[in-house]
Amino acid sequence: MKAVVVVFPGSNCDTDCFNVLKDVMKVPVEFVWHKEGSLPDCDLVVLPGGFSYGDYLRTGAIARFSPVMQAVKQHADSGRLVFGICNGFQILLEAGLLPGAMLRNRSLQFICKPVTLRVETVKTAFTQKLTQGSVLEIPIAHGEGNYYCDDDTYQRLADTDSVVFRYASEMGVLGDEFNPNGSRGHIAGIVNERRNVLGMMPHPERASEPVLSMTDGLGIWQSLAGAL
Amino acid sequence: MSQTAVAVTPEMIALHGITPDEYKLIVQKIGRDPNLTELGMFSVMWSEHCSYKNSKPILKLFPTTGQKVLVKAGEENAGIVDIGDGLAVCFKIESHNHPSAIEPFQGAATGVGGIMRDIFTMGARPIFSMNSLRFGRLELPLTRRLFSGVVAGISHYGNCMGIPTVGGEIYFDECYEGNPLVNAMCVGLVESKGIVKGKASGVGNPVYYVGPATGRDGLGGAAFASKDLSEESHEDRPAVQVGDPFMEKLLMEACLELSRTDALVGMQDMGAAGLTCSTCETAARASLGIEIDLAKVPRRETGMTPYEIMLSESQERMLVIVKKGKESVVETIFEKWDLHAVKIGEVKDGRLMRVYDDGKIVAEVPAKALVDEGPIYIREEQKPAYLAEAQKLDLSQIKAPVDFNLVLKKLLDHPTIASKAWVWQQYDHMVRTDTVFYPGHDAALVRIKGTQKALACSTDCNSLYCYLDPFEGGKIAVAEAARNVVASGARPLGMTNCLNFGNPMKPEVFWTFHQAVDGLSAACRALDIPVTGGNVSLYNESPAGAIYPTPTVGIVGLLENIDQRVPSSFQNDGDLIFLLGQTLNEIGGSHYLHVIHGLKKGLPPRLVLEREAALQHLLLSMVPQKVLASCHDLSEGGLAVTLAESCLHSAQKLGAVIDQIEMVMASALGPHADPHAALRLDALYFGESQSRAVVSVRPENKERLIHEAQRFDVPVFQIGKVGGPNLVVGDKIKLSVAEMDKIFEDAIPRRMAAGSASESVKKS
Repeated sequence: MKAVVVVFPGSNCDTDCFNVLKDVMKVPVEFVWHKEGSLPDCDLVVLPGGFSYGDYLRTGAIARFSPVMQAVKQHADSGRLVFGICNGFQILLEAGLLPGAMLRNRSLQFICKPVTLRVETVKTAFTQKLTQGSVLEIPIAHGEGNYYCDDDTYQRLADTDSVVFRYASEMGVLGDEFNPNGSRGHIAGIVNERRNVLGMMPHPERASEPVLSMTDGLGIWQSLAGAL
Repeated sequence: MSQTAVAVTPEMIALHGITPDEYKLIVQKIGRDPNLTELGMFSVMWSEHCSYKNSKPILKLFPTTGQKVLVKAGEENAGIVDIGDGLAVCFKIESHNHPSAIEPFQGAATGVGGIMRDIFTMGARPIFSMNSLRFGRLELPLTRRLFSGVVAGISHYGNCMGIPTVGGEIYFDECYEGNPLVNAMCVGLVESKGIVKGKASGVGNPVYYVGPATGRDGLGGAAFASKDLSEESHEDRPAVQVGDPFMEKLLMEACLELSRTDALVGMQDMGAAGLTCSTCETAARASLGIEIDLAKVPRRETGMTPYEIMLSESQERMLVIVKKGKESVVETIFEKWDLHAVKIGEVKDGRLMRVYDDGKIVAEVPAKALVDEGPIYIREEQKPAYLAEAQKLDLSQIKAPVDFNLVLKKLLDHPTIASKAWVWQQYDHMVRTDTVFYPGHDAALVRIKGTQKALACSTDCNSLYCYLDPFEGGKIAVAEAARNVVASGARPLGMTNCLNFGNPMKPEVFWTFHQAVDGLSAACRALDIPVTGGNVSLYNESPAGAIYPTPTVGIVGLLENIDQRVPSSFQNDGDLIFLLGQTLNEIGGSHYLHVIHGLKKGLPPRLVLEREAALQHLLLSMVPQKVLASCHDLSEGGLAVTLAESCLHSAQKLGAVIDQIEMVMASALGPHADPHAALRLDALYFGESQSRAVVSVRPENKERLIHEAQRFDVPVFQIGKVGGPNLVVGDKIKLSVAEMDKIFEDAIPRRMAAGSASESVKKS
């Protein structure tokens, strides 16, 4: 497997994703600057977290016009993998690669803390090594992670098994008290119908080394490595 | 309009805060009367903020040398200390108190932005931030507005920069009502050979302006003058600048990219006094001259006068001195990051700083006159009258409480002691994936990827102690910050400080300033910690009076092997708990005395420096063998609060049973103690005697701990065991960890929610 991490102006989890891929997963990885019109030959494109363009206008709203996004779309259209984390997820929504939109957190505050997620489907390259219904502890860090979509879209997400992660209790129970941002249906991550583009708000790259006290993110990287 | 139209009248001079004697000195330095632009330049460069004219003689008392110090205090934008393997750490703390009092969000945000620039100016990549925040009582709507605004501002700027805010301290006390303190600290990592200096060396080297364009923001302090300057500056501008962390993120990446090339000669951020300060300081450091042409400075407003351009404090700008012939390297990097990089001048022979506007000279001043030759004042000092009364405390009049459970609950519910999760969950404290100890630990701990090393950091100051005894309070601030760093397993490297005081013209305020610096210095010497820099914030007064003397200390330490880190909280059921250090009848200045008895009186605890050093050496001696399972220092709230926190911060919410506390009681009559005073129970449970720590060890490490403690002559008491659902201390305290957790975690959110509910009722 070969991976690239796209760097937008204002990306700040780019090196974190790079380090996990390179040092923890031992995967060949390189950075791609957002002004590039094409991608090097690769299997996985990571759109990292951060504040691309300072979140001006709306999160991800300007980054989607970066030259590299055309190449990212082509990459996705060819069936290869695209992984948007946090701001990367927001960019995928703005770019139309995933359905729905982000609202500000219900509390109107930025929230950084570990949360627990229930794995809703293992039928994706990103989750194939996880256990259906298992619970992962992975941190969030966002001000706008309150996922929203209309009823038709929500139904379609359900019908196509496209909800990948939901915020849940440590026991896997759903409820408002376990949803940190108010997202519709407690959604934390979704995949497109072709199942090769995943967006999630929590940061698996922050939960992939024992020294950081959390390692549940590893299963996602291992699923990806195993898929390719 | 031309600025020569504005006369430099005595009124204008006074408006610039320049005394008649200082004006005479200016005339003497430049051999004529200054024009308005020059007057403005002198006014900012000779202000306390830039020149330390009132504090310099006192700041000289600090010990600033050390074997590992690579850049000393005062030499550059921030001090730098060697950490081995070709790496060095660059850190500094700075205040943004007054802007935050006016506009908390932007005030705090630009404070964070400013201190980060100080770090990456040196070629260091900022790797984490800390802060020290102080507000009035949280019961007041104004406090809640300032508190939530400051936290949101720090969150906004730090999160967007992608630099984790990993810890700090927050105090709530009525002395800060109307005058909150916002002290921001940043720590950066740099290769020792890649350190960038703020020097304009090499005659003929081009001087570049980089970053966003200049506007009139930050001129508020001088707005009185602006009004006469041009038609377009009539509108009153806020004195507080507006920060743009996105711009700063781009600027940081571009500057760090530039620092890795061979094109860079020197770099200096444009903070206070903007273009004026950065140009004259870089020239003065190189003992050379500098020339700039204002016509080339990018602007975002029209009609700006030279005065305004030279004094603007628009954010996120840098001055860069480039090797002649390498201009294209700079221009290419800044173009990549979509930032301005404009050549505005050149390094010149001689010592003059010369400013042109469209070919005409608008200012011409010896650079050193602005930077190094300002007035220095020895201010009058007088021991404050309040001290005699405030220090009086008759212990026999203080009744020991009946219900110790209630006391502990009240202390855990006090916002200064309670959980600050409401705050730090708004900070991205994990980005960069290096944060090993989250906020809530004694010290933050951040690993350095590619090495085994980690940096520990703590900010501390108990200002009530400083109010009651500034010398002792100063000593304790250093000792506590160092103790916190040591508790995590790290060895202190250096200290930075932010000296927040009232009006230095008041002899009583100045006395406390001098005493506190003496105390800080004494502790730094005893613990062998060099002072590497910092900042002074004076005039912290509201109509109600001056704040408590608040010499905030930030200490950074090095842990050579991250695997040897020591957490603050209990780790394993069945571990043995020990109290290290001597407990005395010290409840003066304690939180217990304040919260329970409503008194802010007495002498604060005495810090015996030799005993503090012995404790810290003992703790460090046990790090390589990993003797300790946990270590938590004793501070606000004493033994009971420390034990409670050791339970509350443990991942499994472990309880503890302290059933051998009578050993500590008995020892009060032992060789270390005053034989005439039996230990009071409230002093044992809630007193704040210094140089103490609660540690837990696996049973098999018990003998080793006792042996080491004896070797360092530190009193050691086995007091109990980790385990169970409750914290039980003697026969006085029995509380479930779950109940304490609820009190501890709810204290701040409850007050914030109650406030917003009642405020929204008022609005409707």
